[in-house]
Amino acid sequence: MTDAAARHPALSARRGPPGLRALPRWVVLTVLLGLLLAMAVASAGIGAAGIPPGRLFAALGLADGAPAEVARDRLILFSIRLPRVLLAVAVGALLATAGTIMQGLFRNPLADPGLVGVSAGAGLAAATTIVLGDKLLGGFGPEALPLAAFVGALGVTAMLYRIATREGRTSIATLLLAGLAFAALANAGTGLLVFLADDRQLRDITFWTLGSMAGATWPKVWAMLPFLAAVLVSLPMIARGLDMLVLGEAEAFHMGVPVESLKRFAIVLMAGAVGAAVAASGVIGFVGIVVPHLLRLVIGPAHRTLLPAGVLFGGLVLLIADTIARTIAAPAELPVGIVTALIGAPFFLALLLRQRAVVGL
Amino acid sequence: MTVIAANGVTVRAGRSTLLDGVDLAVAPGETVAIVGPNGAGKSTLLRVLSGDLRPAAGEVRLKGTALSAYPPRKLAGHRAVLSQSLSVAFPFTVDEVVRMGAGDEHGPHADALVEAALAEVDLLACRDRIITTLSGGEQHRAHFARVLVQLARGEADNGPGLLLLDEPTAALDLRHQIDFVALTRARAAAGTAVVAVLHDLNLAASFADRVVVMHRARIAASGPAHAVITEDMLAHVFDVALKSCGLPAGTPCVLPHMISPRARTGPPPAWTRPRA
Repeated sequence: MTDAAARHPALSARRGPPGLRALPRWVVLTVLLGLLLAMAVASAGIGAAGIPPGRLFAALGLADGAPAEVARDRLILFSIRLPRVLLAVAVGALLATAGTIMQGLFRNPLADPGLVGVSAGAGLAAATTIVLGDKLLGGFGPEALPLAAFVGALGVTAMLYRIATREGRTSIATLLLAGLAFAALANAGTGLLVFLADDRQLRDITFWTLGSMAGATWPKVWAMLPFLAAVLVSLPMIARGLDMLVLGEAEAFHMGVPVESLKRFAIVLMAGAVGAAVAASGVIGFVGIVVPHLLRLVIGPAHRTLLPAGVLFGGLVLLIADTIARTIAAPAELPVGIVTALIGAPFFLALLLRQRAVVGL
Repeated sequence: MTVIAANGVTVRAGRSTLLDGVDLAVAPGETVAIVGPNGAGKSTLLRVLSGDLRPAAGEVRLKGTALSAYPPRKLAGHRAVLSQSLSVAFPFTVDEVVRMGAGDEHGPHADALVEAALAEVDLLACRDRIITTLSGGEQHRAHFARVLVQLARGEADNGPGLLLLDEPTAALDLRHQIDFVALTRARAAAGTAVVAVLHDLNLAASFADRVVVMHRARIAASGPAHAVITEDMLAHVFDVALKSCGLPAGTPCVLPHMISPRARTGPPPAWTRPRA
């Protein structure tokens, strides 16, 4: 027994932190990555035209199989399943990351881009681009979509932060209520655009407001990559700052965090993640709130592990939700936004009940 | 040689003046207690010294360099601050919160600092508990440990630093108030300049080399406790007619909770009058 332990009996009997927090970071991330890969393989095989695991590996060129079957499986896999699986994983990762960052920034587990109008703002910008893009931007409408969604998300987030934060303290009640107003306003704007839209645009807008992975294509997957890469590279830079921000802006500053630049950077990052996700798949709610909360319960709130774990777990959750969405009512398909809302909304209510004192309602 | 020096610091909020030409210099190893009635500008002065608040006029220099010239990270290596009210939004453990004081540093050196600070504030037994499950006083001690870690971390690199404390004892029981005095005095003996806003005059007298009395946005008196905590000052600044009874060692002592008539003459304060 060390000298310190002799003087302080509690030291020798240290029980360790609660939950699975004592798990090394790499174990957590490896387990999540394993689950994600397993689910990706399963999801690629499940669907209207099922591909059993043996044939899946043959189609991927990892095993031998009957040439006719392999050709058919390859077609399904590469033109339909794989882009969809990858898109679901990318969107889930971005939404979970955006939720984690926003909750850290606002110091409250109830903050979520989908809930407080950030996604709606991105959706409005996307709808505007769909309807007016041909006139305003010439032929660049489709390419400008992710950028427009990003700008919409950024605008709403910046306004929310200005409204809800006073003298370094963020009022979560103000945030939720202002977010409600922004969401209503953005949805009303999108509603107006519906009347200006032609049939094709109307279909596109409906797709965006409900949130679906049905439009997954390789170009959409490629369009997500720069955003995903930017997020992954940036996460280690903001993790420690977000931890300290949990004590309050003044305290974070006292501990050496350049609070203003951290906030700006985090807001841009979050808006970029939401914008890319919304541009690819429309408005999908509750992933950003469920994923970080469940992870905090298990691995604790330290952002160094929470953020990368959120990327993996967010991808996993949305992949599961999308697989349910496209199989539960086969051959018809539910928008995945409905599935996440069905699971996420009761979850949010439960969280709200536990948080009631904090929110002040 | 001074660690921190404020010259002619003035802070305004709207039409009211929170600080009016305040001068204060603190030397290494000195302990300074800022006392005064509510709204006298104590916390504002502390916020100016910590760099939270930029004065409208006057300047603050930390170790000879203008405070505003320090980037946050560098500033954190020279001064540590314990705020008055603190809340932790997510379920961090005590250990994790205290470790934040070490900044980005991990490894055995940070472990040793964290353990020493937790031992000093008597919280080793609680280190793996979620901080929000602790009592208010225990949480405050945990944050004090975090601040001590930051201070020790900075002093290892930059030499004696500055420790700013805003009512550090308000939530503490008697035992830990006394421990707090011993702890901060030990830091001062090692060279740290300590500035604390305190409400308890007796604690201020036992804690500080110098007591600074703030009154209506200005410094009304400054000096050793026995010279500053006088019946005249108590009547003038705190509006209480009390005798200061010196203890054997010469430390002044006041018993403010004894029923006492108001000391100031003239009309009663506004809040005692019925509203028009």
